Amino acid sequence: MTDTARTHLLLHDIDEPGLNTLEAYERRGGYSALRKALGMGREDVLEQLLESNLRGRGGAGFQMGKKASFLPKGSMDKYLVCNADESEPGAFKDRELMQKNPHQLIEGIIIGAYATEANRSFIYIRGEYELQADILERAVAEAQAVGYVGEGILGSDHTLSLVVHRGAGAYICGEETALLDSLEGKRGNPRLKPPFPANQGLYQGPTLINNVETLCNVPHIVRLGAEGWAEVGTSSSTGTKVVSVSGNVRRPGNYEVALGIPTRDIIEGLAGGAPEGRRIKFFFPGGSSSPVLTAEEGLDLPYDFDAMAKAGSMLGSGSIIVVDDSVPVVEVAKKVAKFYAHESCGKCSPCREGTNWTVKMLERIDTGEATPMDIEIMASVQDQIIGHCLCVLGDSMAMPIGSMIVKYRDEFEAHIEQARARNGLGPPVPEAETVALAGAAADTGPK
Amino acid sequence: MDSGGRVKRFQHGSRVPGWDDSVDLGKDPAPVPEPAVTPVPEALRAEIEGYMARYPDRRSAVIPSLFAAQRHYGWCSPEAIDQVAAVMRITPAYATSIATFYDMFETHPPGGHDVYVCTNISCSLRGADELYLAMVAAAESSEDINVRGFECLGACDLAPMASVDGVYVGPLENSDAELIVEDVRAGRPVLEHKQLARRRVADPAANSDDFPATTTIPDTVPAPQAGPPTPPERGHGEATATEDEPAQ
Repeated sequence: MTDTARTHLLLHDIDEPGLNTLEAYERRGGYSALRKALGMGREDVLEQLLESNLRGRGGAGFQMGKKASFLPKGSMDKYLVCNADESEPGAFKDRELMQKNPHQLIEGIIIGAYATEANRSFIYIRGEYELQADILERAVAEAQAVGYVGEGILGSDHTLSLVVHRGAGAYICGEETALLDSLEGKRGNPRLKPPFPANQGLYQGPTLINNVETLCNVPHIVRLGAEGWAEVGTSSSTGTKVVSVSGNVRRPGNYEVALGIPTRDIIEGLAGGAPEGRRIKFFFPGGSSSPVLTAEEGLDLPYDFDAMAKAGSMLGSGSIIVVDDSVPVVEVAKKVAKFYAHESCGKCSPCREGTNWTVKMLERIDTGEATPMDIEIMASVQDQIIGHCLCVLGDSMAMPIGSMIVKYRDEFEAHIEQARARNGLGPPVPEAETVALAGAAADTGPK
Repeated sequence: MDSGGRVKRFQHGSRVPGWDDSVDLGKDPAPVPEPAVTPVPEALRAEIEGYMARYPDRRSAVIPSLFAAQRHYGWCSPEAIDQVAAVMRITPAYATSIATFYDMFETHPPGGHDVYVCTNISCSLRGADELYLAMVAAAESSEDINVRGFECLGACDLAPMASVDGVYVGPLENSDAELIVEDVRAGRPVLEHKQLARRRVADPAANSDDFPATTTIPDTVPAPQAGPPTPPERGHGEATATEDEPAQ
């Protein structure tokens, strides 16, 4: 964290008043990367994206350049869709990027579309982000007025339309194929893959789908050159990452860091650690769908794609949710399970039923009706969801819940016992003891 | 469906009045409404047609069109659904299937103002469940305030937070519930000092200067864009659905 100009690309001077207008963005050198890209030729831009090793910031971490290179060549309608349906609990980085610097995203979309020869682009933004959608719509209108979007952009052969499309409140639409269905005007149900969107996506045409933050990085890659951009970060996790830290920390918010810095520096350094007098118990390293890491195992890991995967979790969207020692793990599990049960689209049985039954079992724990055997059953339900559905929504619940059961089994058991006692059900008295007590009672006699 | 009061499930045993209204197996499914007998307000028709022109496939406009109808009528009433269907040339059943899938469409007449309290994990770790109860209590006597617990609204840095008629406010104290109700009743901007639009980025190293904490908000939402630069025709691939039937 020595050179803030290199570690703060996306958030640099983000609070400058009026940065969301074209005038201020251009004054700061905006759209110069677009001019540079248009002068480079499509293949060279794609080559730069490949070389930068930019990995998707939306969750999967797939290389953006590689994904872009999967699109077939040739003249046909191709689509670029920006996934701005940020609905993962704990994620709010795209919101800040779109609200305060919309032109950075638009420039990234135009360059990304140029590299892949896409002629139509869409920003699918979640319906709740009304302020951000208004700002984006105005920014797109500004860009259109000066010819950054439209036919023959800046005298080149690049033609692009850009539409801001608002969703209407469905977490599942953040899944790329469900997003495409929703954009086509259907219910947001995931599709079977393959075919992958690169071959058959929106309106059955080749489609590149990328997250907001991924596309926001594109102008910087062109501006700095792939090598210059990739100087920051680790060899397999290049660049910077906007990390959303929330939950039990003193300073929740978005922080941009070089990938690979110690997780402790983010949670305890930047976000201030747990509130006074409390200790960090565990955290979700990549949104509520990532398996939890305990403070002991997770805080000293480098924060990058590979280290998180190796620890059995994932970087995901880069959203850290911190839970301190005052919160029972069962409560967290219940919140997570309820969310995914509510948001399951209902298409695949393991997800629809598995999420619902997990909620019911967790509620049984609270009413004291559960037995330690329920933990076994709950763990097996999670195992039966993972990998058995069209999309990963079910997995998104099964992975964190499964990891909580493994790592906090004792607490689950204690919680069950306490709930039984609290609800007057008491621990079942073992048979042998009952006999002995009955005998003893007869001997002492009633007073 | 009965457009009137919401009947709680099981409130009347299994015989909830009207529960089988829609199941008339002898009846043909509703066709695409006849434009001649389905009057649509001119402004609404123009808006929907504007949306249809933005996409290569007119059916993509169904979400924006339902939003337009919802803005016009306050909710997705059966009449609103019929009108959207008539302009877009889809069946009312198809429009209903969309309106019932997405959380932001109201298929019952709601209160006049929406207060969505996020009760997801990051907010509940910071007291959102109590805030929700306080909000419900504060709005109890206000018929026109519709308080809902909502899934993550993507503002965990403001936790606990709420979206009041689309405006994000936070971090909230339980006592803010009363203030929100007062502001909404008085028609004032809600808790101005706690609005997201005024919040600075948390990262202290992001800004090279000490900018004042304000964000310009567009005064007006631009009208739907005129047609895309390329003619709005299907490029390739077969239509994902036939004219009037939803796919699959």
